Amino acid sequence: MIELVDVSVTLGETRALRDVSFAVARGEWVALIGPNGAGKTTALRAICGLVSYDGSIAVDGSEARTLGRRRLARAVALVPQLPERPPDLTVAEYVLLGRTPHLGYFAAESRDDRTAATRALVRLELSPFRDRLLGSLSGGELQRAVLARALAQEADVLLLDEPTSALDLGRQQQALELVHALRDDGLTILSTMHDLTLAGQYSDRLVLLDRGAVVADGPASKVLSAANIASFYGARVRVLADGERVFVLPVR
Amino acid sequence: MTTAVVDEARPRGITPPWGLGALAFLVLALLVGLGVGPIGIAPWRILESALHIGRPLPHIEDVIVWQLRAPRVVLAAMVGGMLAIAGGSYQGVFRNPLVDPYLLGVAGGAGLGATLVIAYAGDNAQLVPPAAFVGGAIAVVLAYALGARSRSSTSLVLAGVTVATFTAAVQTFVQQQHSDQLRNVYTWLLGGFSTATWHDVGVVTPYIAVSSLVLLLHRRVLDVLSLGDEEAAALGVDVGRVRLVVVVAATLGTAAAVAVSGLIVFVGIIVPHVIRILVSTSYRAVVPLSLLVGGGFLALTDVLARTVLSPQELPIGVITAFFGAPFFAFVLRNVRR
Repeated sequence: MIELVDVSVTLGETRALRDVSFAVARGEWVALIGPNGAGKTTALRAICGLVSYDGSIAVDGSEARTLGRRRLARAVALVPQLPERPPDLTVAEYVLLGRTPHLGYFAAESRDDRTAATRALVRLELSPFRDRLLGSLSGGELQRAVLARALAQEADVLLLDEPTSALDLGRQQQALELVHALRDDGLTILSTMHDLTLAGQYSDRLVLLDRGAVVADGPASKVLSAANIASFYGARVRVLADGERVFVLPVR
Repeated sequence: MTTAVVDEARPRGITPPWGLGALAFLVLALLVGLGVGPIGIAPWRILESALHIGRPLPHIEDVIVWQLRAPRVVLAAMVGGMLAIAGGSYQGVFRNPLVDPYLLGVAGGAGLGATLVIAYAGDNAQLVPPAAFVGGAIAVVLAYALGARSRSSTSLVLAGVTVATFTAAVQTFVQQQHSDQLRNVYTWLLGGFSTATWHDVGVVTPYIAVSSLVLLLHRRVLDVLSLGDEEAAALGVDVGRVRLVVVVAATLGTAAAVAVSGLIVFVGIIVPHVIRILVSTSYRAVVPLSLLVGGGFLALTDVLARTVLSPQELPIGVITAFFGAPFFAFVLRNVRR
């Protein structure tokens, strides 16, 4: 579905990504992990065309940079870590903005667009919030509104940048369960994640980045080793395994 | 999931009461503008004359309404609508509610162009509008060339400030060298419609019509830009191109408006803000309503300009600033953000 081959990105003086190669299969959930500054967000930005890159990024078989902005936006939806939230837009208006790549430059939303937005609102149980202003939403509600906007985009791939960073533990689990449920609709998911335990439990595979390069790629039980975490995060942890599940616990 | 969705997600946009209300305000302002003056003429008689029904106006009144007042009222409405819609669009494209259409140096450039002609071309009043137009357009092109290299809109704004400061310096210098012409320059700078003719209306109509149309077509895209450059780009919008097209359209219209009216301040800020407070912050409402309300507002302001000290004229810029500044203070205090 998405395939990066030898992708490099240079931001100013620094090489943010060096020859990064990994793939996400249709319907898969891959989590990008790595310490701060490892290039996780840059990888997502490169995939949706926000930074120029060397190498190749294929989305559904076509090179991303040849697709053109609108076609790319119809294939890949981005949920940024800190989305702008114009406080005076209603939730419905905000979600409708997700239809932008389906609209002509000057066109207004058609009935189909409104239906797609409504579907997204229903899917994320936001119907009662339809007319609420974004500025009045709680963190969890806002996160759902942002997801709904991405769903309204009707892209096959969802890129989530730290989808749980602003949420409490309960909301984090709810948000991730929601993303998990979205996979039933056939969505492919690539997310960056700070919380390694949650990353391991919800995703199918982990890709570990360090200083812009892929240093490990595989299932949680393999990637989340105490040795990996010590050498790339500089953290002391104990890793507990319970069958397929892996728990990463910081140790003082 | 497949059941018919009854209550669809919709943008608020303009609700019929607000749309009709704004239109009624504009029509009312035009009628007041045509009817008020040393010789008062009742609005229904003007309407009858406009629609060619009922008894025609006596010749003198007909000339007063359609040859003297009408070009002035229409020009004021067009300039007001243009400044307001350009201001609203600038605010959207720069994501800054305090920005006005003069941000990128149109005003400074136009002021310099007009000053140069007044100082060096003697009494040739015909040359002032084209010189102002060219000066304003050149200033914005300069600001854009300076600021567009970097991707952020902040650098563009700073470039505009730089150009405006420079043109102001040159203009002040020229003015000081020709202090005998000071009064003419000031009169032009403060703006007004006392010399408006149908010819002026004809000259600016194409600019203002095209510019307004382009801006109206961008109203939805401006809402997308409220998500920031990065997210708008991720939604498939070419942010740089949108900004360029909106700035070019708003600048052309503003330069044409400034050329025939001088520098009228605050309309581009007050009008879009009133609409945001009363109706909605969505540009689907702000852009079209600014055109109507701005037109009505400046037509009414012009009535004040020619009646308050009648038969003397007050510069219209004095009136918009006199009411605009306190209003702006009110907005700043009461609209938190």
